[in-house]
Amino acid sequence: MKTPLRHGALGAIASALLAASSPTLAQDATLARNLAATCANCHGTNGQARGEMVSLAGRPADQLLTILAGYRSGAIPATIMHQIVKGYTEPQLQLIAGHFAAQKPAR
Amino acid sequence: MNPLPSSSPSAPARRRWLAAGAALGSTALAGCATPGPSSGPSLGRVVVVGGGFGGAAAARYLRLWGGNVDVTLVERNATFVSCPISNLVVGGYRQIGDVTRGYDTLKAAGVKVVQGEVVAIDPAGRKVRLASGTELAYDRLVLSPGIDFMSEQVGGLSAALDSGRIVHAWKAGPQTVALRNQLTAMPDGGVVAISIPKVPYRCPPGPYERACMIASYLKAHKPKSKLLVLDANPEVQSKKALFERAFADHYKGILEYRPNAEVKEVSGGVAKTDFDDVRADVLNIVPPQRAADIAQRAGVVNMNQRWVGVDWLTMESTAAKGIHVLGDATFPGPGMPKSGHMANQHAKVAAAAIVQLLKGDAVNTTPVVMNTCYSFVTQRDVIHVASVHQYDAADKTFKPVPGSGGVSAAASELEGRYALAWADNIWADMLAA
Repeated sequence: MKTPLRHGALGAIASALLAASSPTLAQDATLARNLAATCANCHGTNGQARGEMVSLAGRPADQLLTILAGYRSGAIPATIMHQIVKGYTEPQLQLIAGHFAAQKPAR
Repeated sequence: MNPLPSSSPSAPARRRWLAAGAALGSTALAGCATPGPSSGPSLGRVVVVGGGFGGAAAARYLRLWGGNVDVTLVERNATFVSCPISNLVVGGYRQIGDVTRGYDTLKAAGVKVVQGEVVAIDPAGRKVRLASGTELAYDRLVLSPGIDFMSEQVGGLSAALDSGRIVHAWKAGPQTVALRNQLTAMPDGGVVAISIPKVPYRCPPGPYERACMIASYLKAHKPKSKLLVLDANPEVQSKKALFERAFADHYKGILEYRPNAEVKEVSGGVAKTDFDDVRADVLNIVPPQRAADIAQRAGVVNMNQRWVGVDWLTMESTAAKGIHVLGDATFPGPGMPKSGHMANQHAKVAAAAIVQLLKGDAVNTTPVVMNTCYSFVTQRDVIHVASVHQYDAADKTFKPVPGSGGVSAAASELEGRYALAWADNIWADMLAA
């Protein structure tokens, strides 16, 4: 787990620097934050979940996107995520995954 | 100058206060606010009325996203009691304390929480008045008032609710406990009736979940008893096939479902529909509903004299500038349920927009909201309905995404665990716990 976590922290710093340097990226970061907040009801604020629910915070974006693609295709069985993932566009899912990757993992 | 006076200022002081606001602009005035956890000048003052799923989440996310926004939440109750999961209390599988949370964590997140009753809202003067006489000035108001009942539409209901003989238990708290107590006091062989109003009402699957929980209790403890489900609608309004399956698989011989059975009058222990007089030992009437009284007083009820129209990009009322309305009180977009989950999503749209507006920046033009409602059909087995709604710029509303969303394949214990985890996570999300 160590490598992906360190990755996440570096990603957070990098995206913060990029966000500060470009209005477009700052807007993207805000949009990503807003989109990711739609997941918080189940997966916790900023993806830091409690109990049975899976924490998303600090997980590499490509790993999250691979899982989401698996839900979309049906390759990964799900109770509900196969229905939810189809409500979001690919660019939206990329923003969401990037946001969670940049968050501190749950304690 | 205190922007959040603990009591109504004297008349000269208030004139100065309003004059200063007019001269400097209300945002500039808020600059002398008491600093919160974040440093730097305040972005502005937001008053949130109602500490339920919508209001608490709005307060929390305004602090999380706004940094230095002064946020005051006004809530009449000392604690938050969740409607979701409260049907387990009715069934005897949870205690009311299990669905009750305090506001201390929200206070720790920098929200000023005031227990009180808002009695007046002045949209032009941008202030609210509490029953205590306290006035709170705002740059933006968030109104998450929930619902009140149209008890007058059912003859005899208002008096029966006032006396406590009939409970609605459609706002969680003492009513939930009262319904549970009526069920436990009823002798075996008794009749329970639950009446469901015509849509729209708060929590579309809620009455059917309640029916399952009551039937589950009767089956285990009072097997000679009956439950009549009197539905004003022509059929089950949410997760229809799954609920019908649960009724047949688990509660045959106990639960009887009657469609098109609108209760028009209650008298003694009798509920009257157009076809029947139903005598019941326990009558649980879920009354028809509308946006809560305070929305009426704020002058924002502008849809069918019942609900609040909003601009979905900001959740701002279409009737009054500066008032953002959330949750069950709103006139919904297509396929959008009146649920705690959806109110939380409304809150995040509003919080993001309000922060942008206070900064003078453009609001997000592509918001998304989604909904998940879990329902217990036995004490462990659960079913869900889910939907995702994208903003449609042409029609200026949220619309469900074709091909997305849906219901459970079948009831399962796994979803039972997810339902309880959902509750833990959404309560923590809204209360900064």
